Amino acid sequence: MRTIKFLLQKEFLQIFRNKGMLPIIFLMPMIQLVVLSFAATFELKEVDVHLVDFDRSATSRALVTKMQATGYFNIQSHSQDVDDGIRMMRSNDIQLALVIPQHFERDVTSGSPTSVQLNIDAVDGSTAGLIQGYGRSIIQDFSVEVQPQIKQIQQQRRRAGINIIPANWYNPNLDYIKYMVPGILVVLVSMIGMFLSGMNIVREREIGTIEQLNVTPIKRYQFIAGKLLPFWIIGLFELVVGLLIARLGFNIPFVGSVLLLLAIAGIYLLVVEGIGLFISTITSTQQQAMFIAWFLMVVFILMGGLFTPIESMPGWAQDLTLFNPVAHFIKIMRMVLLKGAGWAEVQHLVGILTLMVVIILPAAIFRYRKSTG
Amino acid sequence: MNEELAIQANDLTRKFGDFAAVDQISFEVSQGEIFGFLGANGAGKTTAIRMLIGLLAPTSGKASVAGFDVYTQAEAIKRKIGYMSQKFSLYTDLTVWENIRLYGGIYGLSEDNIKAKAEELLSSLQLESVRDKRIGSLPLGWKQKLAFSVAMLHEPDIVFLDEPTGGVDPITRRQFWEQIYQAAEEGTTVFVTTHYMDEAEYCDRVSIMVDGKIEALDTPAGLRQAYQADDIEDVFIELARGADRAE
Ligand SMILES: Nc1ncnc2c1ncn2[C@@H]1O[C@H](COP(=O)(O)OP(=O)(O)O)[C@@H](O)[C@H]1O
Ligand SMILES: [Mg+2]
Repeated sequence: MRTIKFLLQKEFLQIFRNKGMLPIIFLMPMIQLVVLSFAATFELKEVDVHLVDFDRSATSRALVTKMQATGYFNIQSHSQDVDDGIRMMRSNDIQLALVIPQHFERDVTSGSPTSVQLNIDAVDGSTAGLIQGYGRSIIQDFSVEVQPQIKQIQQQRRRAGINIIPANWYNPNLDYIKYMVPGILVVLVSMIGMFLSGMNIVREREIGTIEQLNVTPIKRYQFIAGKLLPFWIIGLFELVVGLLIARLGFNIPFVGSVLLLLAIAGIYLLVVEGIGLFISTITSTQQQAMFIAWFLMVVFILMGGLFTPIESMPGWAQDLTLFNPVAHFIKIMRMVLLKGAGWAEVQHLVGILTLMVVIILPAAIFRYRKSTG
Repeated sequence: MNEELAIQANDLTRKFGDFAAVDQISFEVSQGEIFGFLGANGAGKTTAIRMLIGLLAPTSGKASVAGFDVYTQAEAIKRKIGYMSQKFSLYTDLTVWENIRLYGGIYGLSEDNIKAKAEELLSSLQLESVRDKRIGSLPLGWKQKLAFSVAMLHEPDIVFLDEPTGGVDPITRRQFWEQIYQAAEEGTTVFVTTHYMDEAEYCDRVSIMVDGKIEALDTPAGLRQAYQADDIEDVFIELARGADRAE
């Protein structure tokens, strides 16, 4: 225990003296959290539209005006040929071809069924989804407005509860931040755990200071505890700061228990640190270690449900998620923070993380050698 | 195993692939002896030391240090030895005192003991003035002195010094050898490598290594006599004539 105390003292002195690493450890994650959370939101930018208005009535013009007034749609051109729109979409000039059929005005005012066609460029699936959502809600709104008086009374009775939906669609980015921030916090904690501790060991090997340690009677577990603990503490500290930013800066609700979350983070950090440590035992330079760690990290993040929901991935990819600690912790984070899940709901995920610790950490300690073969 | 012997090596060999960096060396070092391990660059001195102190597994042969086997009891050996590596390996971003405290702590010295030992070492090496300076800012000679004091911190039975005087000025070299004598007088066995042949005269016995093999081993006087040379330098030149690895 005493030995570990001396090692910790040394590590912290070095960490806080390293003017190059300090900002990377403490400042960058916070900047990243703020920037990523804002940048990664699904806010719809102005969509360029080709208009094909076969009705050319006051009502159809009113619809177009309403769409333009939202600021999300910009009528770039119009013609009487739908193919024009498709062509322009192919050359990336527009993202939406809006087709208003003949007799639109007549049908709308008489209450007969009519339809407006939204031809959306769906190469970028998520933007397409947004265009559809925004478009639909504007048109629904519009149809309510132009119903004749008599019908409107009936309509409003029927629609009373539903009218909230468009309001959500107009401003979905706020919800998206709620969804993103917990996930990004996981990424930050993972980077601290996976990169810093492993890299630290490889660095000592590179500059040769590890030799002097290896000729002392220091035990393997002491050495490794001395390397893991500082970044375990820093990882938890950054999570706390990150959570504060989430709460105060982004207004993310803390529905569930933050203490539970921190306890689970403690386990999770051991998993990623174990991976980092393992990488350090199979590499001899910081470059190699960095490359492997990055590779793993990108795979973990892309397949961890940060951006795309795991449920929409192919079956085999979903099965692989079982081995992805990042996926589990993102899920736990969202469940606890946003939905208020408690121990009962997350215990199976915590079980998986614990199992990972029990496998990876001893494996890394076992592989770590004080001598070379 | 002979209790009187600090180090015993028997056909100790280390290969890197097909290349025998250390080729079947055999020697014995008695307790309290200053044993000079001479050889040109690349002769295999560092590799031999690394095997003796449990940093590198031998390919074949036998060796024991402080009565412990290098294959199976490396950790027990580490409690008995001090090591100053050829490549400076203390923490340059920590101060002199912080380095001493760290290693004192790792070797299990009490806080008081660490303080007392640090003061004693710093004053005998005239390093008191830089106690709170980061090592990175010190000149090489001072760094080497410090590495020596860290190697001696826990009063080891045997100390391995790998080219302690490499690249330092003559005055510091002189001081070094005074320290080495003092350590030997206090009963520490000193295993020291060097390629300064004049330093060989300070040793009780020297071995001369050429291309991984020990070509001669005797007292400095014995060697001069056997090779009818004026000094060890001439002995060395005679032996190294056929070497392949000289740089
Ligand atoms: N890890 C290694 N892999 C391959 N060759 C090595 C390794 N370590 C040392 N050598 C080679 O072994 C020889 C002896 O090196 P070394 O023991 O460092 O010599 P010395 O300390 O006497 O200068 C050199 O030719 C060196 O290149
Ligand atoms: Mg050497």
